Amino acid sequence: MDMYHEAILEHYRQPRNWGVLQPCDIDHEEKNPLCGDRLRLTVRVRDNHIAEIGWSGEGCAISQATASMLGEIILGKTLEEARQLTKEDVLDLIGISLGPVRLKCALLSLKVLKVGAYGLAGWQEDDSR
Amino acid sequence: MSALSLEQLTRQMAAHRADFPILAQMVRPNVPLVYLDNAATTQKPTAVLRAVEDYYTHMNANVHRGVHSFSEKATAAYEAARDAVRDFVGATSAREIIFTRNATEAINLVAYAWGLANLRIGDQILVSEMEHHANIVPWQMVAERAGAHVLPIPITEDGQIDQDAYQTLLGSGRVRMVALAHVSNVLGTINPLADLIRMAHEVGALVTVDGAQSAPHMPIDVRALDADFFALSGHKLCAPTGIGALYGKRALLEAMPPFMGGGSMIDRVTFAKTTYADLPQRFEAGTPNISGAVGLGAAIAYLRGIGLEAIHAHEVALIQHTMAGLADIEGVQMYGPSADQRAGLVSFTLRGVHAHDLSAGLDQAGIAVRAGHHCAMPLHEKFGIAASTRVSFYLYNTLEEADHFVQTVAAVQRFFAR
Repeated sequence: MDMYHEAILEHYRQPRNWGVLQPCDIDHEEKNPLCGDRLRLTVRVRDNHIAEIGWSGEGCAISQATASMLGEIILGKTLEEARQLTKEDVLDLIGISLGPVRLKCALLSLKVLKVGAYGLAGWQEDDSR
Repeated sequence: MSALSLEQLTRQMAAHRADFPILAQMVRPNVPLVYLDNAATTQKPTAVLRAVEDYYTHMNANVHRGVHSFSEKATAAYEAARDAVRDFVGATSAREIIFTRNATEAINLVAYAWGLANLRIGDQILVSEMEHHANIVPWQMVAERAGAHVLPIPITEDGQIDQDAYQTLLGSGRVRMVALAHVSNVLGTINPLADLIRMAHEVGALVTVDGAQSAPHMPIDVRALDADFFALSGHKLCAPTGIGALYGKRALLEAMPPFMGGGSMIDRVTFAKTTYADLPQRFEAGTPNISGAVGLGAAIAYLRGIGLEAIHAHEVALIQHTMAGLADIEGVQMYGPSADQRAGLVSFTLRGVHAHDLSAGLDQAGIAVRAGHHCAMPLHEKFGIAASTRVSFYLYNTLEEADHFVQTVAAVQRFFAR
């Protein structure tokens, strides 16, 4: 079970920044139609910085743990800094190599961020936007 | 067969494992493949692989065209495969067998060719809630164009068609077509097709049967069922991918316009008017999958050599054994009928472990299963789950594999325990 290293399991069991924020400045949900995974991101923005975030949703250990890890990274960043995050950044963050199917699990949280925060409708995992 | 205990039968079946070269493969060093994803696709025996190779080595040519020796050989092989399918499903005439890419294309053929010619505004198509997307979406697409409506036939909590609700729906007087799975790819339910079809016929509706999950596993008799159309996929019954078949009653097929246009399907072409070929060529535009058809013929011969009754009994033994094992794991929820009333597959959820994580865990032990919604999103929605894990057996699976599977499910649950 190499894929599920200690950090992944730890974030899966105790996800950071979990729970919807109301009111909030950004509120967006995406689904992975392949497996029904669902992830919602709420963000409070102050002075153009990501001041608070709250995740909710359900899914596999990879999608949930990655959301938790990504949340820690973007917290405190400016919106523009967070926008620069790429697929490679996320994969470096979780430190595992994944096949094409599980890649979608890992990148669901990035997709929520890209589409929700930046309106990049139709953003795909292989986009460089 | 009745003289054999189920235990003896499953032991006997294990002898056929040697016919499937892939079953000797390792998923990774020292981890043999335990293939339990047979409802998705099945493995291919040497007899099928050889038949395809033999076709390309000794007789490859286009069919129904050339007046030369190899074209005649290829045509004979292709038509022999059609006759094998005819006999396999119990049809009267080989003209009633149309080769397609798969069951999906077979259903699309009926939906478009029959549907666009016959459906009128306000007509109804009934589709059971347990259908695979392949027997839902084509009907929706055609209904939208025809102004017709697709209505779901409810199922009961234990995964059976709700026959009272079905009877009520049929009473509208507007139902023209009923789309039904023979065996559910998620629930394993074996639908009482003969009864359901009789009820449809009583109100003048036709029935299209999705036989993708039944034809590989049990004897099929389209005449005894009185099915109007019956679709199957070759790759789910030991044949190559890319070949399937549609059975249709001759009078219905003869009255239908073509599905696709091209070579082979014409009688005479002029720019003023084209007339179409007779059955079955009318529905087989372009060069068909000849080698696939030959492979399908070989697969049917292989399966009949073992016996479809024996295959079904073997799979029932495996699923009963597996479901008894799963029932002992706390937090397992299985969907569909009880073990004595289903085909050889079961879908389930495991509390605390997502289907993808369970599938990844099983894969570490070399076990291949399906995780997700199995192309049946409405059904998963009905049960209020996003995804499930499905284990599905075929003739080459063993009781040892079933035990290994159950033990690994329990181990994965312990791994993810929070």
